[in-house]
Amino acid sequence: MILEVRDLAVRFGGVTAVGGVSFGVAAGTVTSLIGPNGAGKTTAFNVITGFQRPTAGGVMHDGTTITGWRPHRIAARGLVRTFQKTSLFPGLSVHENVLTGLHLRGRVGFVAALLRRGRVGAEERALDDEAERVIGFVGLGARRETLASALPYGEQRLLELAVALAARPRLLLLDEPGSGMTISEKSALAALIQRVRDDGITVFLVEHDMRLVMGISDRVLVLNYGRLIADGSVTEVQRDPEVIRAYLGTGATRERA
Amino acid sequence: MLGATYSLLGIGLTLVFGLMNVVNFAHGEFYTLGAYATFAALVLGSVNFFLAIPIAIVVGAAAGALCDRVLLRPLRGASIDTVMLVMIGVWIAMQNAELLGWGGVAKNIPTPLPTQPLTAGPVSVAPLRLFVFVVSGLLILGAHLVLAKTKLGRAMRATFQDRETAALMGVSIDRIHTITFAFGAGLAAAAGALLGPVFLLYPSMGDLASLKAFSVVILGGLGNFAGAALGGLVLGIAEELGAGYISSGYRDAVGFIIIVVVLLLRPAGLFARAERVG
Amino acid sequence: MRRSGSRIVVAASLVAAATAPAWVWNPYHLHTLIMAGIFAVLALSLNLLLGYTGQLSLGHAAFFGIGAYASGLLTVKLEWSPWIGLVVAIALPALAGWVIGRLALKIRGAYFVLLTISFAGVVSLVSVNWMELTNGPLGLPGVPPLELALPWLGEVSLRTKSAYYYVVVAAVALCYLVCLGLVRSRVGRALVALRENETLAESVGINVTHYLVLATVVSAAMAGLGGGLYAHYTRFVSPEVFLFTYTVTMVIMVVAGGKGTLAGPVLGAVLFTALPEVLRAATSWQWQMLLYGMLLVIVLFFLPQGIVPAVQRRR
Repeated sequence: MILEVRDLAVRFGGVTAVGGVSFGVAAGTVTSLIGPNGAGKTTAFNVITGFQRPTAGGVMHDGTTITGWRPHRIAARGLVRTFQKTSLFPGLSVHENVLTGLHLRGRVGFVAALLRRGRVGAEERALDDEAERVIGFVGLGARRETLASALPYGEQRLLELAVALAARPRLLLLDEPGSGMTISEKSALAALIQRVRDDGITVFLVEHDMRLVMGISDRVLVLNYGRLIADGSVTEVQRDPEVIRAYLGTGATRERA
Repeated sequence: MLGATYSLLGIGLTLVFGLMNVVNFAHGEFYTLGAYATFAALVLGSVNFFLAIPIAIVVGAAAGALCDRVLLRPLRGASIDTVMLVMIGVWIAMQNAELLGWGGVAKNIPTPLPTQPLTAGPVSVAPLRLFVFVVSGLLILGAHLVLAKTKLGRAMRATFQDRETAALMGVSIDRIHTITFAFGAGLAAAAGALLGPVFLLYPSMGDLASLKAFSVVILGGLGNFAGAALGGLVLGIAEELGAGYISSGYRDAVGFIIIVVVLLLRPAGLFARAERVG
Repeated sequence: MRRSGSRIVVAASLVAAATAPAWVWNPYHLHTLIMAGIFAVLALSLNLLLGYTGQLSLGHAAFFGIGAYASGLLTVKLEWSPWIGLVVAIALPALAGWVIGRLALKIRGAYFVLLTISFAGVVSLVSVNWMELTNGPLGLPGVPPLELALPWLGEVSLRTKSAYYYVVVAAVALCYLVCLGLVRSRVGRALVALRENETLAESVGINVTHYLVLATVVSAAMAGLGGGLYAHYTRFVSPEVFLFTYTVTMVIMVVAGGKGTLAGPVLGAVLFTALPEVLRAATSWQWQMLLYGMLLVIVLFFLPQGIVPAVQRRR
């Protein structure tokens, strides 16, 4: 298990976003976390990647407890996430966006930047090449110099993926990567995710689109009201009665509440 | 008493910041404007003291409305930094305009109130200060009532909470912005008009006022009316304590120190409720 | 054709700058250039924070002042060498910048501005009230000038305007190169990432606090250098260094010149040191400041990125 979450709970102001959840993500797989709106999926993501502190429980990566670590340290371990709302460096070009994402692959610091220009030059050239490669991988080669804020929505999402990939993740966490995409964009995305997995990167994603999820996932986790209600393969989860109730039975629960 | 006027200043600023997301560094200048307007009305226009104060408030509010129409409306979509810098420009321009107009020599505002302190038991209070306190309190109450009870107040609060929905409901966002800004400026002018007689008038009096206003806003939490009201009083008391214990030269430092301390420890303000992250 | 045109302009200005004492006859004009140089250092320092990390510091006068006072006090009261004074003028504000950067944690935007204003306010009040240390409002006269002891020339006093001009030019060049080096590297990208999207920056492994502190420290150190240079040039330090007008002037220089560029602040410094001199003949300083305020607003309306980027875009 490359990622393990144990008894994770997040409560604030009387609301239980996540209440005692435990699961694991196996290396080399595409695992999806699904659930109705407000089930606590993004909160779980936030906690795993260090953007939020849990009320209880722990997160372990490759055996090391990373609960409460700051996001950049978690990223340095190879856990990189994307965001639900489009998150880019708006004033920078596609190329510059990805270059910034390559931060972890450089070593030049304050002293080197000032005194060892030779090293800086070599590093910049290497990073430039790497940026080209990543941009090519997601298919944005033609948009290299375009300003991020000028890209159409679908390409912005691709750029987000590129920036995350630039950080050389071993575990890539995607927060609703398909949201707002057209059907054809989503199938391109699915293919891309599978290529990422084939490159040896574990993918853990949160999604709403069932077709996308069921099409690419090796495992599916279902969250509802902050609790894990199913954990298994695609077919197992599709047949799970509690899952069906959670998605279709909301009418009944609302009546009761 | 100072606390009450600080509350006035703070409320104006917190509303503008909270509702319009504008960091009004020129806030102190409306304060100065109010003070000088009172002076002008009294000394030059020979208007009754008690009438001069409302006039000053109106002048302040009008200036605020003008400022919003001319400068802020075109910049509606701009980044908060640009707006902040623009307000800094306004601050400099206004202050130096006042320097040029009124000269750097401090001026005095005469009041018709008796100078003999009133005594009630062990407490003695100068009538002027009592007057300022009472009027400030009334204005704060008035502002609260406007916000809480009137249709305008509801529109303002709605815009504050959810701009888009308010617009959908037919609220004219532009007008609300102008009114809010004018409201804030008017309150600042009121503070200036009230404190003018207490202290001397000089063009840079707004600087300290600005800072104390920010202090109050940070204490009370952004956009928090009650917080600003309470914060003003807290600042007033803290200053008295500070001046007493350390030395009067450092009195103004209390405001600064409060800003620094609160920002470092509890950026949301002392009275804000815990915010949800993410 | 155009690119080589601008290169010629840049080269010509550099040559002119390098030889200025030779052809600038009026010593007052040379004084103006020296002050412009000192402000260029200050503007570059502010630009590092404002233009790259996107945080506005309105307390830079505090770093400037601390530098000036540090060097002034050490050379006057302890009679240390002015060069050591300069080193301390760089080090002490850098330390202050480090403290602020470390403490600022999540404080950004307008709150950061307020934090810096408050810091400057407290420092200013201390300099006025702590008479035993700083002589209060009376100021510190008699700050010694810089002197260079070269083995073959003996003691060369850098007291003359011409000599000091070169000291200042060297300082400007040094600061420019430091900024250039930082900006054209991974460090610079991290700083810009801070401005563009801090959350995203963290998620790709950029230690946001570290870089903000770095920017603040370097920025403060530069401002301190400016302060030290100022102290040994005017030979007098008083609480007036903390006057808000200095901060405002710095901001205008950076914003009007072009924040986020390196030539912008320098251009802004030259422009806004020369401008008051031109105006001084005609009007009082209040009119200048009034003009500054209006100019700031106008520039922000029409040239929100500043002069240098506007010129660059024309090409």
